[in-house]
Amino acid sequence: MAKQVPDTRNVGKDAMTPEGTVNRAALPAIFNPEDLNALEAALRLKDRVEGSTVHILTMGPQRAADIIRDAMFRGADGGYLLSGREFAGSDTLATSYALSCALKKIAPDVIFAGRQAIDGDTAQVGPQVAEKLGLPQVTYAEEIVEVKEKSLVIKRRLEHGTEVVECPIPAVVTVNASAAECRPRNAKRVMKYKFALAGSEIAAAPESPAAQRAAAKEYLQIVEWAAADVNPDPEQLGLTGSPTKVKKIENVVFAAKEAKKFTAADEDINSLMVELIASHTLG
Amino acid sequence: MNNIFVYIEMEGGKVADVSLELLTKGRELATKLGVKLEAVVLGHKLADIATELAKYGADTVWTADDELFVPFRTLPHTAVLCGLIEQEKPQIALFGATPVGRDFAPRVSSALHSGLTADCTQLEIGDHKDPKTGKEYKDLLYQIRPAFGGNIIATIVNPDHRPQMATVREGVMRKEYAAKPGAGEVKPIDWKKFVKDTDLVVKIIDRQIEERKIDIKGASILVAGGYGMGSKENFKLVHELADVLGGEVGASRAAVDAGFTEHARQVGQTGVTVRPKLYIACGISGQIQHTAGMDQSSMVISINNDPEAPINKIADYAILGDVNEIIPKMIKYYKQNSK
Repeated sequence: MAKQVPDTRNVGKDAMTPEGTVNRAALPAIFNPEDLNALEAALRLKDRVEGSTVHILTMGPQRAADIIRDAMFRGADGGYLLSGREFAGSDTLATSYALSCALKKIAPDVIFAGRQAIDGDTAQVGPQVAEKLGLPQVTYAEEIVEVKEKSLVIKRRLEHGTEVVECPIPAVVTVNASAAECRPRNAKRVMKYKFALAGSEIAAAPESPAAQRAAAKEYLQIVEWAAADVNPDPEQLGLTGSPTKVKKIENVVFAAKEAKKFTAADEDINSLMVELIASHTLG
Repeated sequence: MNNIFVYIEMEGGKVADVSLELLTKGRELATKLGVKLEAVVLGHKLADIATELAKYGADTVWTADDELFVPFRTLPHTAVLCGLIEQEKPQIALFGATPVGRDFAPRVSSALHSGLTADCTQLEIGDHKDPKTGKEYKDLLYQIRPAFGGNIIATIVNPDHRPQMATVREGVMRKEYAAKPGAGEVKPIDWKKFVKDTDLVVKIIDRQIEERKIDIKGASILVAGGYGMGSKENFKLVHELADVLGGEVGASRAAVDAGFTEHARQVGQTGVTVRPKLYIACGISGQIQHTAGMDQSSMVISINNDPEAPINKIADYAILGDVNEIIPKMIKYYKQNSK
């Protein structure tokens, strides 16, 4: 499971309006960083287990197909895009429900996800999906230590240490940023998969050479599902299926308060230190 | 009925600070709503725990006391919490946003279809009118948190599902003995009827836990470095200044992500919340997810080469220029003047 997110870590000067609020259009959409760690964990498992495959599942608008292509460039075999207005306004629970419906259909042996997404930092979707599917979970995974026939031995990173657990599969594994970094895009794979398209991308321009190429070759087709394709209970989707509601949004405007200004000049730093010592701020 | 639950997390046989902070907040909310504050503890050898929790205002202390619950495992904890919540029907359930709380609270909310707001920085009681249906709700839990990378503050409500669940990070709320201690009445949880064999499938093979060494929460002077320090090598200057001033070293998330220093030093929404006497922000731009963790410092000095950096807006003193030039000068002139 992966998510395309606005790059909230790089909120530069142009990303803030003069009023001090966020200018969303200025934020690029990226592969959620910890989902890349999760992809690497999945690819390493694939390397160890002959005949296994790695697919990306993401929910989002059509452009989220970008991260599926990106994953294919790095070693994934294909992907599923869950897209449609029925999913709009989902909180973490409704998102988890939609993803779990798709996963019931895909039925993978191991479901990897990043620990959390940088646009919400909630870390809820992994455990919530696991619960919906009735599967055990291993959170904060750092490394798969051993692959057994019906279980995985996994090292977890805790706040003040590590823990090694053995978990039967199928299972949900959420991967920490401290796990191995994702391998880079492979030039050959980029050549092979750059024309991979989701269903709606093909439908948008069916006569284009890219669309005709993708339509002719199965490995270039990203599976795209609308709500109806995953047999959900409509009551549990989108805004209706979200127990939490946003009551109010306040854009953060930094309160103007005049700071006393100093430069790097010696006399400035000297007078600041004198002032701080005199006021007993520094002992 | 419909009381407030606070999940009490045990850390090496002791109650985690965040749980006591939640009891303090829970006491305030329970008093406002006129309901009981109920602590829920899963652990082993919990004999004297109720006395301590009562001091923080717990009226009831639910206990599941068995070695099965130590160390923490997701599935048995989830089963017990879900079972007890269905039995007691609390209106609010609060969890620490610790690795443990963030692991199993989402599962509980998923099983109960109740919704969960992560990393709240404020919790209040208030009314709500649904903008579409016009339906009015009294005394909901306002779950207030920064979102979208901290660029907005969202107030979340949970009108139709119970319990209203939220997690809160350690250090965000204050920890205080209640003005009037709670009764601390112990009620054993009949947990055996909730935990099934299938909840025991994950086995812990090995566990290496270090003592907490770094404590930036207790420091009265905190010198924090950000991505603007430039490199791990330059970050040593932050340590030098902290050593000279008798302070601790903190960091922004960007500095931690860049590998300049360890996560235990991270200040902010996804790190530690601090309230030192003096906070020196070195090369930290001051996005709200950082300032949320330090804006209650008594005094803030920012060192930044960007005059427009948001940190300058909350700083008492703003030094404009290159941190790598300024920090050595601060050390030099501090030593000169303090003698």
